[in-house]
Amino acid sequence: MSQPTPETLTGAQIVVRLLERQGVRTLAGIPGGAILPIYDALSKSVLIHHVLARHEQGGGFLAQGMARATGMPAVCMASSGPGATNLLTAIADAKLDSIPLVAITGQVPRAMIGTDAFQEVDTYGLSIPITKHNFLVSSADDLLSVIPQAFRIAASGRPGPVLVDIPKDVQNQLVEVSNWPDPGCADPVPAPAAELIDRAAAMINAATRPILYLGGGVVHSGASGTAVSLAEKARLPTVMTLMALGAMPVDHPLSLGMLGMHGARCTNLALDECDLLIAVGARFDDRATGKVAGFCPQAKIIHIDIDPSELDKIKTAHIGIAGDVGTVLQSLLPAIAAPVHDDWLARVASLKAEHPLRMPGIDDPRTPYGLIRAVANCLDDAATITTDVGQHQMWVAQAYPLRRPRQWLTSGGLGTMGFGMPAAIGAALAEPERTVVCFTGDGSILMNVQELVTAAEENVNVKIVLMNNSSLGLVFQQQTLFYGERIYASKFKGMPDFIRVAEGFGVPAIDLDQESDPLAALARALSTSGPMLIHASIAMHEQVLPMVPPGAANKEMIGG
Amino acid sequence: MNSISRSENQALARTVLELDVNNHPGVMSHVVGLFSRRSYNVEGILVMPVGNGDTSRIWLLVNEDERLDQMVKQIEKLEDVLAVHRHGAEHEVFVRLEEFFR
Repeated sequence: MSQPTPETLTGAQIVVRLLERQGVRTLAGIPGGAILPIYDALSKSVLIHHVLARHEQGGGFLAQGMARATGMPAVCMASSGPGATNLLTAIADAKLDSIPLVAITGQVPRAMIGTDAFQEVDTYGLSIPITKHNFLVSSADDLLSVIPQAFRIAASGRPGPVLVDIPKDVQNQLVEVSNWPDPGCADPVPAPAAELIDRAAAMINAATRPILYLGGGVVHSGASGTAVSLAEKARLPTVMTLMALGAMPVDHPLSLGMLGMHGARCTNLALDECDLLIAVGARFDDRATGKVAGFCPQAKIIHIDIDPSELDKIKTAHIGIAGDVGTVLQSLLPAIAAPVHDDWLARVASLKAEHPLRMPGIDDPRTPYGLIRAVANCLDDAATITTDVGQHQMWVAQAYPLRRPRQWLTSGGLGTMGFGMPAAIGAALAEPERTVVCFTGDGSILMNVQELVTAAEENVNVKIVLMNNSSLGLVFQQQTLFYGERIYASKFKGMPDFIRVAEGFGVPAIDLDQESDPLAALARALSTSGPMLIHASIAMHEQVLPMVPPGAANKEMIGG
Repeated sequence: MNSISRSENQALARTVLELDVNNHPGVMSHVVGLFSRRSYNVEGILVMPVGNGDTSRIWLLVNEDERLDQMVKQIEKLEDVLAVHRHGAEHEVFVRLEEFFR
């Protein structure tokens, strides 16, 4: 790739050109003093659509929504100081869920760094522990290598966020550019060791009570179809983490749904009995495992992950395979023999029959499960579902019939309230042909409520289903169950009129509480185009069950 | 490991880690941050540029506890770390340095 004649460009113009060459067509951010040169250059771009967020965290989650929906690195921008600090939560969230994100921040001019200049903060230092890698760019020339590197690192191996901090004088610096670098793309992953594949296949073939345990890495790797093929060939009952939901259709006969703190009893009980756990792109998160010593106590473990540091981190694997999970599963498939473990499948079937996920009120749209199921009944698998964090998130994880990888966008690792609505906007911008539904709560939505106006401005096809229980429901539930019903700071005394709030931001709204036929009203709302807020009250005492008490083993479930 | 006393700490076996890294202002912060966030003390640290100065070598003296394998894997993941080697506590790099700390 070479330009015939050298061009003299500013650092800012170089950034914009490199983003264009990278294929970036939509990005989110908020301008401010220290990033104005880049915004000035961005204003001349005919290729890039800039979405103006109303808080940098909203911009970060908007970019995350694009990245989670497509799997491609997405870009967010912020100015120095508070702009950068406001971005940090969205970056940390991307780190914990392995989402490819490139954050570009303005910084005060190099000569003023370290002087406590106006809106100066140590963005580089602050972002070290929450990024995969970060850069403080010291010359415009360096941008030619740093920007493609940022995309390469974000997309390579286990994806993650990369931050590029660019001082204002570097943005203004003139450089002659004669050759443009290739866009950054993911590095190839080394092939897994053949000997380990053979041993793993032998272990799977010899197992009498195996379980397949899928994590978010299966979705990131695009390996959902292969994982389902393995499950079918080896007849493996399959559990999914919160991040993996959709990797295997939840109504697949081999699916046991989500494991862990709010998994069905049958799911956690089956895990308790298994003699082989095949962990694929999963990291044995504490919400999935419960007390680690009590997790699959009888099982040998095969652990497949692209990140070698995940192997043996929480549980020592009998066979640990570092590699792209899709590649590993592909090489495993031919070595799988027709297994004979009918007893185990019968046992799992009886666990499912005796201890299914109980969803009281599933036919009543005025209950949590019923509302979620009513929404699902209006949509097909093309719809994308985002959530905020709390009870509504767990109810949707349990009850929504997720059947497609990347159908489900949720903040898993960091558990960030305020994630859902801006992420839904990002997903809708990335895939405008889909309906995007954001399930949220009255606690979560207020944490990034300002992005309602962004939704209105962009006219995205986002339907916000607000499950209002007038409380921080999961806190209320834990205080009820584990703190002697001493309810404190979890019941809201003041309650906004969410209909007027939405309408005030330019988003139409309906209140299912006021509808004589809520199902019909819901169907009408979900079939219109553009943003809409759908408000529904639910009872404060409703709980997410079953529940594994924090710190307990998964078989010690309450309720359900 | 946070609760162990100073005398217990000194009784632990030591390991010397040798890191080849890109030489730039942020690299030390990336490396030591992995230790500090885990409340894992770095007992000794030594760094000098190598060759033409594009890379540096960092020597770390750390206690050998059950997290060390994970620490080494985390260090290996850092973009600016080119190689990590483990040595026993008898490695002379810190032994010879001790005379400056008397």
